Amino acid sequence: MRRLMSVLACFVVLLMITTASFAAETLAKKQELSFNVGTEPETLDPAKSTGVPEAIIELNCFEGLTRMDEKNVPQPAIAESWTVSKDGKTYVFKLRKTKWSNGEPLTAHDFEWSWKRALAPETAAEYATQLWYIKNGQAYNEGELKDASKVGVRAVDDYTLEVVLENPTTYFLQLCNFPTLMPVNRKVVEKNPEGWFQDIKNYIGNGPYKIVKWDHSAVMELVPNENYWRRDEVKLSKLTLYLIDNRQTALSMFETGQLDWFDDPPISEIPRLEKEGSLFRSPYIGTYYYMFNVTKKPVDDVRVRKALTMAIDRQMLIDRVTRGGQEPALAYVPFGLADGKPGADFRTVGGNDYIKENLAVAKKLLADAGYPNGKGFPTLTILYNTSENHKKIAEAIQEMWKKNLGINVQLTNQEWGVYLASRDELNYEVARAGWIGDYMDPMTFLDMWTTTNGNNDTGWSNKTYDNLIFGSFKVADSIARAKMLHQAEDILMNEMPIMPIYFYVNQNVMKPWVKGAVRSPLGFIDFRGAYVLEHK
Amino acid sequence: MGGYVLRRLISVFLVVFVVASGTFVLMHTIPGGPFKKEKALPPAIQRNIEERYKLNDPLWKQYADYLKNLLRGDLGPSFKYLGRSVNDIIRDGFPVSAALGAWAILFALVVGVPAGIISALNQNKWQDNAVMAIAIIGVSVPNFVIATLLMYVFAVKLRWLPVAMWGTPRHVILPMIALAGFPAAFFARLMRSSTLDVLSQDYIRTARAKGLSWYAVVVKHVVKNAILPVVTYLGPLVAGILTGSFVVENIFAIPGLGRYYVTSIYNRDYTTIMGVTIFYSAFLVLVNFLVDITYGWIDPRIKLVKAKE
Repeated sequence: MRRLMSVLACFVVLLMITTASFAAETLAKKQELSFNVGTEPETLDPAKSTGVPEAIIELNCFEGLTRMDEKNVPQPAIAESWTVSKDGKTYVFKLRKTKWSNGEPLTAHDFEWSWKRALAPETAAEYATQLWYIKNGQAYNEGELKDASKVGVRAVDDYTLEVVLENPTTYFLQLCNFPTLMPVNRKVVEKNPEGWFQDIKNYIGNGPYKIVKWDHSAVMELVPNENYWRRDEVKLSKLTLYLIDNRQTALSMFETGQLDWFDDPPISEIPRLEKEGSLFRSPYIGTYYYMFNVTKKPVDDVRVRKALTMAIDRQMLIDRVTRGGQEPALAYVPFGLADGKPGADFRTVGGNDYIKENLAVAKKLLADAGYPNGKGFPTLTILYNTSENHKKIAEAIQEMWKKNLGINVQLTNQEWGVYLASRDELNYEVARAGWIGDYMDPMTFLDMWTTTNGNNDTGWSNKTYDNLIFGSFKVADSIARAKMLHQAEDILMNEMPIMPIYFYVNQNVMKPWVKGAVRSPLGFIDFRGAYVLEHK
Repeated sequence: MGGYVLRRLISVFLVVFVVASGTFVLMHTIPGGPFKKEKALPPAIQRNIEERYKLNDPLWKQYADYLKNLLRGDLGPSFKYLGRSVNDIIRDGFPVSAALGAWAILFALVVGVPAGIISALNQNKWQDNAVMAIAIIGVSVPNFVIATLLMYVFAVKLRWLPVAMWGTPRHVILPMIALAGFPAAFFARLMRSSTLDVLSQDYIRTARAKGLSWYAVVVKHVVKNAILPVVTYLGPLVAGILTGSFVVENIFAIPGLGRYYVTSIYNRDYTTIMGVTIFYSAFLVLVNFLVDITYGWIDPRIKLVKAKE
């Protein structure tokens, strides 16, 4: 009885909170919102785009089989429902009867054609790997298989799409919301495969908005797509997307009321914006780390790598240097990615405690490696790409290593392209790096450290690690699979070819009256349900 | 005269050819490539892309193909902005940069030239000192400082003008002043010294002696002769300012051409690097040519064609 009462009490309180918030929410008469995308998009062809700014525009003009909800769980969108075979490899999607923005019907054939187009070698799509999960997708994309009909996607009829995967892929349904897997309009694309989207009249989509104006390097204007199947859920009458690179300028526009929302304010302004209540942090799956070139002395010795990793104070670095409220990374895979059991977080399960910031142990490890108190340790060079922020972090780490371990460190910065080439050729000792996930699964962080992966610029190679990663592809049981990924991370953190520093967060500077937009941990924004509260 | 024009036009082609070849060699010597990114592409996809953009052809062939297309006026597709050609980029960006630049030059002339004359006519008096003090600030303070300051005072604090963007006359004012700061100050200093120079000439004394009013002397004799150094400097300045400024356009979010001189190199967007460099050099040579013709018109003593002996 007592328990029932308390449940009831809770319910009443909850009801009060929700009604209170309803009462407080008066919609503004003008439902217009502006956001700074931050750069001129490189392309608006969903099949060919690679960046977050492009994805933000595309995902608001297109809709895939699924769409993510605010908890980042894929929900039925153009696909009304689906069935998955027992082995987890065959998906049959039942599609809704929906329309393109020009009023023509959208069918399963559109999906089949679009996915095969994204895979075709002549399309030269950089993110075609997002479709390699489909049976024969990789072979077709690599040109080994010429017959497109052998690729595992097929329109059974106008509203049924059958997808056969190479391996059971637990995160396939969320990939269906990724730009590469959006349907594109065959008629307009075939007329001008390279630049069909350049003329906004040809930019026919199936998502909540459509573009009505694109001034290159300046601004884009979007209005609701009248043919969107849930048009009634779109409340904005106009969505303005600025394409401004300079963050200081964006901040000035924000402060004078010309802009409602933008990312990445200048670091020096973060404390002030936070005090004013304009700064909102949202999760962003990414890790900032240093790589060790394990083929070069002295970092070829795991004891040295561990000593270096232990001898920095990450929280101090965040509080004094990056000042963005990031999370210290004492493991590699960031928070926010699913573990085996539904609702469980990979990082929470694995723990953010692989690395112990322990000076005594670090000194002992360095002494064991033959450098007591740093004696005889050669001067170490940190390589970073030219940027004020990377420089400040490198200087802080240089100072910490010098003070804590008694070793000399020098800094080298290189222009972006040169720096990438140096990394690629293993022409460095310690190099700054960062990784942002491409999909919401730990795999997007772990598969890059396999021996043959093009992103493994450390020279590190471990057979057991490779076997765990490649083996996990075949495992349909999500709990067993997660276990393998944890084991892989154990190996990575034990051998330490990389030194995690912090987990990224997204710094949103936003007016308090902006509501209903959903920012995903991949950095994407869904403006479908966005609205504006009344304000002065 | 016809022969002279022809010779100059041939030299334009020559300059463009040398610039194109030099840029091509330099840009292929720096490490990296347009599709080399932080996230390494699988080899097969890298191959698809290189095939698509003919980047796997031998360099000499890429060079020959480029020159062939250049002769037809085709600067090729941008590697960074898919579906846009470098011609599109210049066609979109140049009018914006040119309009802003023209206003800036006009502003610099209207402010700088009279200031220099006033300064010279009042040598060592307070007017002179004031103008020269401002001019020193104008020459030595970089334009991003002026731009940021102008934006902070007139857009953020006073709210008289928009912070950034492009489109209405109100958007022109702040970037125009930021861009005109250096040339205006430079014009003032140039004009002051050349005016002082002319004032000490004998013919000025003669003109005064024959009873011409001071005003007429200044307008007819002093200014006309003193302006020549300004015209000389105008050539490279016009080319530099009309083709866009990276800094000012970046700060005021103006969709001009200026950004591409910097970002194209950063992106290793080969065709855009080539395109904007060639465009700039051709424009510079052309403007210098126009300046030379203007000389002859202002000062008939300067002959473009050697007199027949």
